Amino acid sequence: MRLVIALLALIAAPLAAQNAMPAAPYAYTQLDDPALEAQATELMETLRCLKCQSQSINDSDAPMAGDMRHQVRARLLAGESPEQIRSWLITRYGDYVSYQPEMSATTWPLFAIPLVLVALVGLALLGRLRRRADAGDAGDMGDAA
Amino acid sequence: MMRALYLVPLALFLFFAGLAAFMLNQPKQQDVPSQMIAQPLPEFSLQPAIAGMPGVRRADLVGGQPRLLNIWASWCLPCIAEAPHLEALQSQGVEIIGIAVRDRPEAVADFLGRYGNPYTRIGADDISSLMIEIGASGVPETYVIDAEGNIRYQHIGDVRADTVPLLLEKLEEVR
Amino acid sequence: MIAELGLAALWLSAALAVLQMVSGALGLRDGPDGQNGPDGKARAQSYAIYARPAAVVQAFLAVLAFGLLLYAFAVTDLSIKLVETNSHSAKPFIYKLTGTWGNHEGSMLLWVAVLALSGGLLAGLERRLPEKTMSATLAVQGFVALGFYAFLILSSNPFERLPVAPLEGSGLNPLLQDIGLAIHPPTLYVGYVGLSIAFSLCMGALITRQVTPEFAKVLRPWVLGAWVFLTFGITAGSYWAYYELGWGGWWFWDPVENASLMPWLAATALLHSVSVLAARDALRTWTIMLGVLAFSMSMLGTFLVRSGVLTSVHAFAVDPERGSFILALLGLYIGGSLAIFAVRASSIAEGTRFTATSREGALVFNNVMLSAILAIVLLGTLYPLLTEAFDVRVSVGPPYFNPAGAIFAIPMFAVMAVGPLLRWKNDNPGRIQFELKALLAIVIAVIALVAILGDYSVLSLLGLGMAIALAVAAFLPLRGRVLRRVPLATWGMVMAHFGVAVSLFGMASESAFTTERLAAMAPGDATDTGGWTIQLEEVSPVAGPNWTAMEARIMASRGDEEPTLLTPQARNFWSPPQPTSESALITRWNGQLYAVIGDRAGVDARGRERWQIRVWWKPFVTFIWYGGVLIAMGGILSIAGRVRVDLKRRNAKKIAGQRRADLDALDEDKLPEPAE
Repeated sequence: MRLVIALLALIAAPLAAQNAMPAAPYAYTQLDDPALEAQATELMETLRCLKCQSQSINDSDAPMAGDMRHQVRARLLAGESPEQIRSWLITRYGDYVSYQPEMSATTWPLFAIPLVLVALVGLALLGRLRRRADAGDAGDMGDAA
Repeated sequence: MMRALYLVPLALFLFFAGLAAFMLNQPKQQDVPSQMIAQPLPEFSLQPAIAGMPGVRRADLVGGQPRLLNIWASWCLPCIAEAPHLEALQSQGVEIIGIAVRDRPEAVADFLGRYGNPYTRIGADDISSLMIEIGASGVPETYVIDAEGNIRYQHIGDVRADTVPLLLEKLEEVR
Repeated sequence: MIAELGLAALWLSAALAVLQMVSGALGLRDGPDGQNGPDGKARAQSYAIYARPAAVVQAFLAVLAFGLLLYAFAVTDLSIKLVETNSHSAKPFIYKLTGTWGNHEGSMLLWVAVLALSGGLLAGLERRLPEKTMSATLAVQGFVALGFYAFLILSSNPFERLPVAPLEGSGLNPLLQDIGLAIHPPTLYVGYVGLSIAFSLCMGALITRQVTPEFAKVLRPWVLGAWVFLTFGITAGSYWAYYELGWGGWWFWDPVENASLMPWLAATALLHSVSVLAARDALRTWTIMLGVLAFSMSMLGTFLVRSGVLTSVHAFAVDPERGSFILALLGLYIGGSLAIFAVRASSIAEGTRFTATSREGALVFNNVMLSAILAIVLLGTLYPLLTEAFDVRVSVGPPYFNPAGAIFAIPMFAVMAVGPLLRWKNDNPGRIQFELKALLAIVIAVIALVAILGDYSVLSLLGLGMAIALAVAAFLPLRGRVLRRVPLATWGMVMAHFGVAVSLFGMASESAFTTERLAAMAPGDATDTGGWTIQLEEVSPVAGPNWTAMEARIMASRGDEEPTLLTPQARNFWSPPQPTSESALITRWNGQLYAVIGDRAGVDARGRERWQIRVWWKPFVTFIWYGGVLIAMGGILSIAGRVRVDLKRRNAKKIAGQRRADLDALDEDKLPEPAE
């Protein structure tokens, strides 16, 4: 029975072919320095796996994601900063590779709109407080809010 | 004034609906194009992928005629489909340099024996280092490299019969 | 026969939806109640009279249709195309049943069945609204239902037959063969449907200009109910993704996750503004707007999930053609209702006024903050779609959503802590000075304490500090009250707010204190993480009914605890072929140990085969979902409280009526019989 199961497991693993090669050295190996490894994890969680549907390279088992993890760890070890590594990848793959949008000609509304929201809310609250100071307790936060 | 304010949600919604309707009818963009087009190839040096054929360094792609850099692997099914078209390109005098990704020498040799060998050199990219350097996101991909060693064009996916003239044209353009 | 019967039931339901819509709308035609001549009024009633029964019968038929599909899946009737593509005779029975809604058509049928059932309940039981508002509500509800029937019958017929029945089905996506699937999506659908009823009620009230506290009381249980289901659904979905996808993440701001969060945010805001409307007759247009918004978000979520316009790891039954249909429905309902809103809103009289430092003021603040968070999530989710229209691809993920959301979430939590302590209408903040200072002291103390312990991110620190303060603050409204006499609804609020604190604590703790160990291990090797010792005993092949797997046997122990066995698997399903990773978990009161097995990792120096083992220790991660459950339970308590009050009031009325009748009777026989 054991043997049958083992055989079935082999048959059912056609995708394993691609993984026959050993993974890149740092694909599944943590860095010895915990602080550096923490930096690596933080960075890898915000880099997009290019072969997957919306997953970070930290979360993906795709071989390509493993190779990208290797690059991240190896470069950190060589002394590069996480942001240098991120921009190195963005130079190659564009903004798509990073889950952390950089301020740019294409992404400014992502940052401008929250600021506008804050400003609107702030103005509304300020106006409310001022009106309240003017009119004592007769402020109205009725349906205008 | 109040009435105008009440129109804001409707306006926002109509904007979204228009965008969504437009995007629904667009072909879904699945590829991640390389941002390295018009950039020089980075420095690299890859070991030979099989015995008896040379490996690949950056210098091998500089000088003389423009070349094709083909990223493939023996485990990749579309690579089987594109093999005859690469041979067609080779027979028209195009130099094709192969990069075998995460591949074993015996598997590479077996593949070449079965589906033909259009390459002058094959480098082994065991950890996708060159792939990442040039912004390739999958296998197969084919790049046009000009004589100065600049990346000029990227074709994502397998080379088909109708891609052959396109690649020839691109090679001519950068000559 | 089953399939034909089901389809017939659907067509009949659709016809009844038309009847409900037309008769409800005709009931509206004749001016406000009582202003018409006796003829006009009689005519209006004679039309409107069909709307309620149409809704009730429709409920029976739609539920029957769903029951028939359920039966077809239970017996694996392969002559039905949907069963063939989504089921397999070797599948465990429970997953045959859950497979009914584990696909586009079946889930839409479940959706319309719940929609019709809710419509039937509303039509059959609700008697408090003015008849005209009720007619308008039922007309809108019929209109909404009709759209979904059309969608189902015209583009997603679940009962389609195959010309020749194959011998075997092609199976169900293995990721979906899990009990998480059995509860998560249907729970969300019920929530979405509840919001559609809330939408119909809001439109009915808007059309007839009856945005009153009485209307809010009718609306509230639907909103609360929908919100409870959404809360459960999101909580279950998050836990499901956490253990099923095998990378230990519980929320990734994926478009599909956001699609379920957005209606919840809108419903949470709506829930609070409905309370203000019911208690204080304020926030009239705002409540209507939120009602429309909440339903829009659930429709938008459906659109995003099913059209495939956005890339998601949870992509499900994606089809652009269906996307167009949903978008058309979206345009019809949301565009239409927003247009009516734009025209009508200014004619709704302004509600009662209040000051900023009052319970209403705090609730408005939180409403605004929730709406702002919703705007951020919406923006971040749709932004990649916008840039793709210009052929630029960008990714928006946690590094954007976390800080941008926190800008609004932190002030919201702060106000949430003290809001329930304020009085309605107008209050003097000085009155709760002591509480304010104490809570602030807690936040600062916790942040200082944790910051000394190690180097953690600002957001985690703030989260921990606020979570502890919120947990204390949640119970403050009970201070100085006789607990036995505190209304159930207040208990509900306390519990839900405490749940928010618990959940926030779990999130902050998980992000701050998680430790991870990745190791290539051969049997016999040991490693450690977060105080646990992990020893790999063996890796061996195992088989299930429709999969095979490599299973690791890992003994995990900490301190002098007995070692516990963990058996993570790397599974390969064969119908359809797909690899999945089955995580193994050890749950302790203070966290979870999470283990997965990856690929082979070559051989070690002694020639033994090694495997990639990945283990996390996640302190207090379970609090995230405990909190979610507490929030939902708070909602249930609140519903129970409201219903109890309603029933009591109705009983009191009945008793009062009885007494009056008795008195009248007494009056009538002027000479009561003398007692013996």
